[in-house]
Parts: sequence; C-alpha cells; structure tokens
Amino acid sequence: MPGAALEVIGLRKRYGDKQAVDGLDLRVDLGEIVAVLGPNGAGKTTTVEICTGFRHRDDGDVRVLGVDPQRGDRAWRSRIGVVLQTNNDLAEASVGELVRHFARFYPHPRDPDEVVDAVGLREKIGVRARQLSGGQRRRLDVALGIVGSPELIFLDEPTTGFDPQARHAFWDLIGSLRDDGTTVLLTTHYLEEAEHLADRVVVVDRGTVVAQGAPQELGGRDARQAVVRWSEGGGVREERTDTPTAFVAQLGARLGEVPGLEVRRPTLEDVYLTLVDATPDDGEQS
Amino acid sequence: MATATQVTTALPGTLRLGWERTRFELRTYFRERDAVVFIFAYPVIMLAIFATVFGQDGASVDVGDVQIPFAQYFLPGMVATGVMLSSFQNLAISIAVERDEGALKRLRATPLPPASYFVGKVGQVLLSSLLQTALLLAVARVVFDVPLPADAARWATFAWVFVLGTATGSVCGVAYSSIPRSGRAASAVVTPVVLVLQFISGVFFQFDQLPAWMQQVAALFPLKWMAQGMRSVFLPDAAEQLEVSGSWQLGMIAAVLLLWLAGGLVLGVRTFRWRRRDDG
Repeated sequence: MPGAALEVIGLRKRYGDKQAVDGLDLRVDLGEIVAVLGPNGAGKTTTVEICTGFRHRDDGDVRVLGVDPQRGDRAWRSRIGVVLQTNNDLAEASVGELVRHFARFYPHPRDPDEVVDAVGLREKIGVRARQLSGGQRRRLDVALGIVGSPELIFLDEPTTGFDPQARHAFWDLIGSLRDDGTTVLLTTHYLEEAEHLADRVVVVDRGTVVAQGAPQELGGRDARQAVVRWSEGGGVREERTDTPTAFVAQLGARLGEVPGLEVRRPTLEDVYLTLVDATPDDGEQS
Repeated sequence: MATATQVTTALPGTLRLGWERTRFELRTYFRERDAVVFIFAYPVIMLAIFATVFGQDGASVDVGDVQIPFAQYFLPGMVATGVMLSSFQNLAISIAVERDEGALKRLRATPLPPASYFVGKVGQVLLSSLLQTALLLAVARVVFDVPLPADAARWATFAWVFVLGTATGSVCGVAYSSIPRSGRAASAVVTPVVLVLQFISGVFFQFDQLPAWMQQVAALFPLKWMAQGMRSVFLPDAAEQLEVSGSWQLGMIAAVLLLWLAGGLVLGVRTFRWRRRDDG
C-alpha cells in the first residue's frame, strides 16, 4: 500500500459562530486523485487552506507530505502546488513570462515551455494574462501551480465557470498529471468532474465527510441498486433490484414485449443528492 | 512511506530571487498606463507646465539681486515629489491591488521567501525613481536651461536625501497599503493624501508664502523636508534665506525622515497581510 501524501484527522475550524469544519477526516495516498465534493459552505476551501498553510486549525491533526502545514518551510512549499480559486492578478505579464518567472522560485522546476504546452497555451505564450479568456486564465493558474513539479497539487474548484469544451480540455490536463505520478486533491461541485477525474470521491457536508469511495461505488450497495420501470395495468410500475437482468427476463416471460421498459442505474448525482442535505446552505466561505 | 525531503538543498537564494522579482516588477510597472502617467511621468509633466506658465517672459523668484528662474525654483519640489510618488504612492497602490487580486496569496503559496518579495519592491522603487529623477534633471537642463550643481558636496546631499526619502516613502507605502479596502479603491484612497501633501509642502507654491499654520502642518510630514533638502541641492546659496527658519536645516531633515522611516517600518511589519481582510 502506498504511503499517504496527505492525512487529516479530526480537523476542526470555527469562524465566529459558524463551525466551518467539524471533525473532518481525509486521506490521500501518493499518486491518487481525490475529489472533495460538497455544496457551498461545506468546508472544502477551508480544509484546503488549512492543508496549504494559509489558515490555522482549531483542532485535529494534519500532515501534508509528512509535514504539519503550520510549520511548512520553503522546502515543503517547493513540493506542493496550490491553485486557488479564481484570481485576476498578474494582469500585465505574459503567459511565457509568468511561467518562467514562477519556475525560478523552485529548486527542480519543469521546463517552462513544456508546461505551457501541457496546459495548451502554446499559442498564447506571448499574450498578457489580462487578455486571456476565463478558461485560458485558469489553465495559466494550473501552469503556475505545476511548474515547480510538485509531488502534491491542490486544485480548488478549478473549472468553475468553464464551458463544456474547456472543461474537457482541463480534464485531459489533470489526467496527464496523473500519468506523471502527481498526487491531486481537487475540490469541485461538478459531479461529472469528480466522476471523470477522481480515483476516489469524498463527499463533504457541514464540515464533515458523509461518504467516500470510488465514483462507481459511492453511497454503497443500496444506493446503487438498479431501478426497473415499466407500464402495466394502466400505470407505471417500478422495482429496485440487484439483478435487473433476471428481473427483466421474468417480466419478458410474463408480458412478452414489456411496455415502457426502462432500466436505470442511479447517477452519481442521484447518490450525491441523497447524501448531502438538500436545503441550500448559504455559506459565506466554503 | 511518504517521500523523504529530497529537496532540502538547492533552493534558490533569497537575493537572487529578489533580483528576479525586481526585474519582473520593473517590467510590469512600465506596462501599466496609470503608473507610467501618474507616477513616473507626473513630475516631468508638472515641471513643464509650471515652468512654462509661471516662467513666461523670464519671470523669476528674486532673492536680493539673485534671480532664480521659475523652472529652477520648481525643480527641487518636483524631484521630491517624484521620490514620494515612486516610493509611497507606487507601493501603497500596487501592494493594495496585489493583495486584493490575490497576487500576494499566490506568491505566499510558493517557496518564494517574503524577503525576496520586498527586495523586489525596493529594487523596483529604487531603479524606477532613479530613472525618473534622471529624466527630470535632463528635461530641466536641456529644455529649461536649469543649471545643475557642479560640486560634490551638493550631490552628496542629494544622494542621502534621495536614498533616505525613498526608503521612508517605501516603508510608509507598505504600511499604508493596508488601508484601502479594495484594489479599486486604492488610487482614490492614496492619491488625495499625496496631492494634499504636494500643495502644503511647497511643491507647487513657494513654501515661505504659505500661511503659517499650513507650514506647520506640512512640517509634520516627510515631503516638506524632502523638498527642502532638494532645494539645498538645486537652488543657489542665496535662496537659503527664503526658508522659513532661514536655514536648510539638514540635520532636522535627516531626523524627521528617520523618524518616519522607523515609524513606517514598525507599522508596516505589524499590519502587512498576504490576504484580503475579508479572507480571514
């Protein structure tokens, strides 16, 4: 079993009278891609900011690459990459200048040109950051996050505001990080994103983990039962079953061609919505 | 096992990164239209306007039988203003914007040492204000025929007033950058302060002709003293009697600037934040 890149045990953080993180446990193994999923205000960003050393925790134990982030030094910082939520800084420098500039901060950076290629900004290398589209801008953020060749990268809601095409290009980029052996912790509230990218999904709600597992297994066996739906006797009938094939064969034997037959697996979204409290929580800081 | 620390060595040096930051800061500074017009070129533009308007038909400031052309009379104030703009206004606005836009937080997440960030700021301020002052002196000399001092003693005074003024303006700018609540508000919160100081410190008017209370208020702030120091460099000896105290007060200039330098440093160290106020 590979070692842990990140280990969080019993994390707690309170802002005023709001318990943002409430006893959260999280483990990310080396080489793994883990998506932290949850509604706004669930505590995702706070957890990431504690793990990257931006915030102090109230309670709990946190180890990132074996180091307590509150004591993280330059050597530790050079081993992690952090891509925070949407920024519009550094407007007057070009893509190429920024990637080269940030590469110099690190002891063992990647080749800046290769990084620009990897994020698909080759054609924009001489363009200033302020002239980039939202999706290009975000890919620049990722370029600056990976140019130091981090062992572990944090991506906080990396594709918020992307069009579908940009999102797919971005997913390919994260896939290539996996191929390089980089460990990735990303937060998102897009279910397809978690499903597409992650080895493991961790669902967080109200500051604590409510479920985790591979995207196909999330929610356990019961939540994964197939739903068979058909028309009979003037109404729609529905049956949940572990053995849909056998069930449909029986139906067929009894009814011949089954009217209105539909066999459906619950989507990750269905599972997710049963996991998190459906009432929207207007959390200020997520 | 988690990978051992394989990169404890070979972290780039703080000074080397400071120089890298200086180059980066300079490059982006000269790309910002606002900064180039209202900070870098402003003193040159103001000198040209004032020298032209007030200096029509060879008008001058007279001390006994010594005549000081208006262009020469305004030059020291403009040099002092340039130093204040390039240090105080530049840093107060740019750091407030960087904080608001998340640039500081982004840098904090990298292994860039905070010291390198500040070395980069200081380098950018020093080099841009040196360039600005050189341009100002060249325009004064070539376009307005202002005689520049020939003796080393005056240039030595120039050097220490310039360096001390830049240092003071820089630390005060860093401290003041925490006041604007957003990047957008930064110009509006910083510029009026600078403008008022220019008016009461004898940059646009003859300081000795301002009301006494205004002179006293101005004497609490560094710009008045920087302008006075620069007058001692660029005006003829006879102009010393135009000073309110009848003297250049070089010791007093150094004392006031050092006091502000120390105060700004203490305040800046205490108030500097890498993140926005509303960001915890």
